[in-house]
Amino acid sequence: MTSTHAARRWFWYCLLLVPYAGVLWVPFYNRVDPVVFGIPFFYWFQFAWIIVTAIITALAYFAKV
Amino acid sequence: MNRPALAVFILLFALVTVLGFVAARWRRGDLNHLNEWGLAGRRFGTVVTWFLLGGDLYTAYTFIAVPALVFGAGAIGFFALPYTLMVYPFVYVVFPRLWSVSHKHGYVTASDFVRGRYDSGLLALVVAVTGILATMPYIALQLVGIQVVIAAMGFTGTGLVGDLPLIIAFVILAAFTYTSGLRAPALIAIVKDLLIYIVIITAVIVIPMQLGGYAHIFAAIPADKLLLKPPSGANLGTYSAYATLALGSALALFLYPHCVNGVLSASSRKVIKRNMSLLPAYSLVLALIAFLGYMAVAAGVQHDPAYAGWFKQYGSTFAVPALLLHSFPAWFAGVGFAAIAIGALVPAAIMSIASSNLFTRNIYKEYLKPGATPAQEARMAKLMSLIVKLGALAFILFLPGKYAIQLQLLGGVWIIQTLPAVVIGLYTRWLHRWALLLGWLAGMLLGTGMVATQHFKSSIYPLHVGDLTVPGYAALYSLPVNIGIAIVLTLALRALKTPAGVDQTASTDYEHDTP
Repeated sequence: MTSTHAARRWFWYCLLLVPYAGVLWVPFYNRVDPVVFGIPFFYWFQFAWIIVTAIITALAYFAKV
Repeated sequence: MNRPALAVFILLFALVTVLGFVAARWRRGDLNHLNEWGLAGRRFGTVVTWFLLGGDLYTAYTFIAVPALVFGAGAIGFFALPYTLMVYPFVYVVFPRLWSVSHKHGYVTASDFVRGRYDSGLLALVVAVTGILATMPYIALQLVGIQVVIAAMGFTGTGLVGDLPLIIAFVILAAFTYTSGLRAPALIAIVKDLLIYIVIITAVIVIPMQLGGYAHIFAAIPADKLLLKPPSGANLGTYSAYATLALGSALALFLYPHCVNGVLSASSRKVIKRNMSLLPAYSLVLALIAFLGYMAVAAGVQHDPAYAGWFKQYGSTFAVPALLLHSFPAWFAGVGFAAIAIGALVPAAIMSIASSNLFTRNIYKEYLKPGATPAQEARMAKLMSLIVKLGALAFILFLPGKYAIQLQLLGGVWIIQTLPAVVIGLYTRWLHRWALLLGWLAGMLLGTGMVATQHFKSSIYPLHVGDLTVPGYAALYSLPVNIGIAIVLTLALRALKTPAGVDQTASTDYEHDTP
């Protein structure tokens, strides 16, 4: 494995860790405002992370990580 | 008796019964071989694997228990969202390696891998026993899901008559699993998902319309349940509980034998990776299912005298059935009930197959009959699948339901103790087999002890760090102790030059793929 190959891999691994950072810090999203379509922040924020996670894993797949 | 709901229910149940038996002929293989019966010949492509893993992860218990928790306890029940979204990047990186090495060496279970990697029958045995122990109560809980929907259709008999529908459902399940193996749940999972999607999408459109929109639904939730309770003083309260519960569950999930089974039956690494970006679609559905709990609160089903008797008997697990009965015509409620019951059959089948694979490969063949032929293996596994299911049925019929729930809580704490041997083992063989064994033992004792201090009612342990109290998931708290002991003992055993056994695998095996 070449070093650029390894670096590329690590970049993707770090990207795959982003969703963990997004949802593990609970105080950040444990709030009502801003409400979107009647749904409090706490709920739509986590909902949005599902979509972001799916996009990240899909990108990793297409990048052949 | 709710006749329209029952008629639809029986019709759909009959359909999947037929499918379960027809499945034996699907992508035909020699079902007298464990690789064919227990892993469907490792030939499942992206679409089938998606349905199969979806059937594995999102079970009848999920459909009942997640909204029930949201209905009863509010925001904390939504930990299922971060939990299921953290699963996928982890599995994406780690589990293709397990698939590769297993494909190369013909491993059927995670214990097979541990056996080959560490040259330790004993370590493989504890991994297998942990898997079986963690899975059994999980199967039993699927039955609770069936029980609740059968009751919702108005079956009120007592004694054997009352249990008869459940017994019939289980005989059907046992029979098609026996004849068709993993092919049956894979095929039925497709029907199950179609039904679930139809019911959920209809529910999240129609019910909010009846209730006046999402803003109204959230307005009906008491303020103390709408958000997590913020920390007070030196107690981190639900914040740390929420995060550790989500992360610990995410790490534990794919160590369960039925999930390993789903991964190993895929036809290539690509199929697993592709699925990790497709499976979050289920997380979206799960989020919507969780909202059903709030819809049930807003619809006021718990104050409706029509459902009082059921709520008294089943508690908040009756929230979803009550909501379906309350919001839809009887026949459509029947579709929902069928979806839940079929959602119990699929994982129960896969779980019993996975447990019997473990028993056959890592106990029967290892200790009882070392020279077993593939045909004898398959016969043993089929027989075991019946025994495992009978055990689960007896559990539900003869013991109070709370034991199944408590054991399932412990199941998560137990199964995560196999992470060092399985997951770390996929990357390095540095940890010594004896060190892994003792680390496992320490983790099991500590994790179980933590849950015992909560009288087995909760797996959240209030850890004291100086003046700070950090309540958290016992699985996640006991894992570092397990790994720490494994590391320290590895250093000691290496210094003593204790034999580490022979590694059956080569580093390239972990990247191996089908052409």
